[in-house]
Amino acid sequence: MTREEETTRKSTQDGSATHPSLTIETPHHDLAPRSDEKVFELKDLSVHYGDNPAVKNINLDIFHKNITALIGPSGCGKSTLIRCLNRMNDLVPSARVEGELLYHGEDLYGPKVDPVQVRKMIGMVFQKPNPFPKSIYDNIAFGPRILGMKGDMDEIVENALRRGAIWDEVKDRLEDNAFGMSGGQQQRLCIARCIAVEPDVILMDEPCSALDPISTGKIEDLMMELKENYSIVIVTHNMQQAARVSDRTAFLIVELTADEQDRWGEIVEYDETEKIFTNPTDRRTEDYVTGKVG
Amino acid sequence: MESSVPPTERARFAVAGARANVAAALGSQPRADVTRNNLFAGLLFVSILIALAGLVALLAQAFIDGAPALSTKLITEPPSTIDTANAGFRPALIGSVVMIAFVIGMIVPLGVGAAIYLEEYADSTRWWNRVIELNIQNLAAVPSIIYGILGLGLIVRGPLDLGFILFAGAMTLALLVLPIVIIAAREAIRAVPPSIREGSLALGATQWQTIRRQVLPAAIPGVATGVILAVSRALGETAPLLLVGATVFVTADPMPFDGNYSALPVQIFQYATRPQADFQTLAAAGIILMLVVLIAMNSVAIWLRNRYEQKW
Repeated sequence: MTREEETTRKSTQDGSATHPSLTIETPHHDLAPRSDEKVFELKDLSVHYGDNPAVKNINLDIFHKNITALIGPSGCGKSTLIRCLNRMNDLVPSARVEGELLYHGEDLYGPKVDPVQVRKMIGMVFQKPNPFPKSIYDNIAFGPRILGMKGDMDEIVENALRRGAIWDEVKDRLEDNAFGMSGGQQQRLCIARCIAVEPDVILMDEPCSALDPISTGKIEDLMMELKENYSIVIVTHNMQQAARVSDRTAFLIVELTADEQDRWGEIVEYDETEKIFTNPTDRRTEDYVTGKVG
Repeated sequence: MESSVPPTERARFAVAGARANVAAALGSQPRADVTRNNLFAGLLFVSILIALAGLVALLAQAFIDGAPALSTKLITEPPSTIDTANAGFRPALIGSVVMIAFVIGMIVPLGVGAAIYLEEYADSTRWWNRVIELNIQNLAAVPSIIYGILGLGLIVRGPLDLGFILFAGAMTLALLVLPIVIIAAREAIRAVPPSIREGSLALGATQWQTIRRQVLPAAIPGVATGVILAVSRALGETAPLLLVGATVFVTADPMPFDGNYSALPVQIFQYATRPQADFQTLAAAGIILMLVVLIAMNSVAIWLRNRYEQKW
């Protein structure tokens, strides 16, 4: 990088730049529930796979009953980051998490923390719908059964399906195999399955990337309803989606070492979604959200 | 189409020319290529014919030779060296069936357990787990007579010292076919996509709950198929049984933990080695009996696979 370029870059990074034409409209978030209660506090968090860094220097506060979006180009470690939040990364033997990750003030990676207990409270919805090869009913009932939840199972199942906004479509065929549903229905079933165990947080790793726009719309509506009761973290490639549903957005980029041997993700900017999409502080965020790069 | 303007003469020429070009391009395969193609297909067909011819010859021979002796006496009567008209396979058949029942009882828990360990728990980056994997593949290829020697040295005599009893034969056969079950069960477990395990773990299920409630139920058809194929192999094995005491000639029904026993293939072998023609006929009839049992078992395996196999 030449000296001139460096100075231009600095001047655009200091936040004084104006952003006249942004193509993406954000909804008004004035009515969105504001909460100062922190669900997650990430302090200098980094994740390595073996010797290769995946994300570094992550500092992030995720708030209660908010939808927090993680956006950024491929390979920036969004999925790695979200998988730290319910310790799904423990399943990768070479993964190593450093730094601090507090969940309601408790160290999530503390020595006495059982990852199984963590995942009971912090549910996850995956990129590709992954219903179990069982009936719709058993898909929902699986979680409550293994956790030994008390109460009428029929009621638990119906409640979860209602809150997953799929009850009306499946109430007459609860005993049918879930594989017979459409992709969008399967994904809502997976969300309902997650809700059935009454988690505190729902993590969504690109929940709509395999779905058509109509199914995507239904899931976004569902997310807006769910945030009345749950904190949601969503990874998405779709910036319109982040703009439409989220209260706060973190933008990550891929950093490279000088010799391009190592690459990892870092947070460039984290703020209220409206600010990220209309008046970002960092030039790189602006370029990304306006579609100039990435 | 009717309302469109009819093509002019020039356009018609152009269309005809284009068609001719396309037709020429599509039909331009060189003669030599066609010949080579047909030759190759012919060779492949001949190879399958040869394989089938062997099977057909075996079946035909068995049926022609054995037909005179085919009757229910094969199942109900004990063998005899004098009265060939009323000789059968009763003790051998019972011996085989009881032995197979023991074999299933041993290979299902052991095979599935080993497969679960290797697929779900073993860290394949550790060298000892890789050595175990490699050796299971090797074990499946060890000649069965070696297992007979092992059974004799380890189970019949040696440390276990069970004597020449049916249960010792069953243990030897179980050891022989265990690698087949492990390999089949591993494949069935591996075919369950990781997303199912993730979905289960993300709900707060433990690893054991995930395996027990999600992975194993989805793997059952594959495991069952593997078990049936392994049992078919065990049913047909003769060599190891000869070493661990499947006595060549038993007239009394066998007891599992006491006394002499025999098995179908051993009895067939015994009849076949006798010079008299009547015994040859009996041996052929015994082969038919065993083929019927084997085909029935394999059909169940195929039916299971088609009926319950999960498409992901």
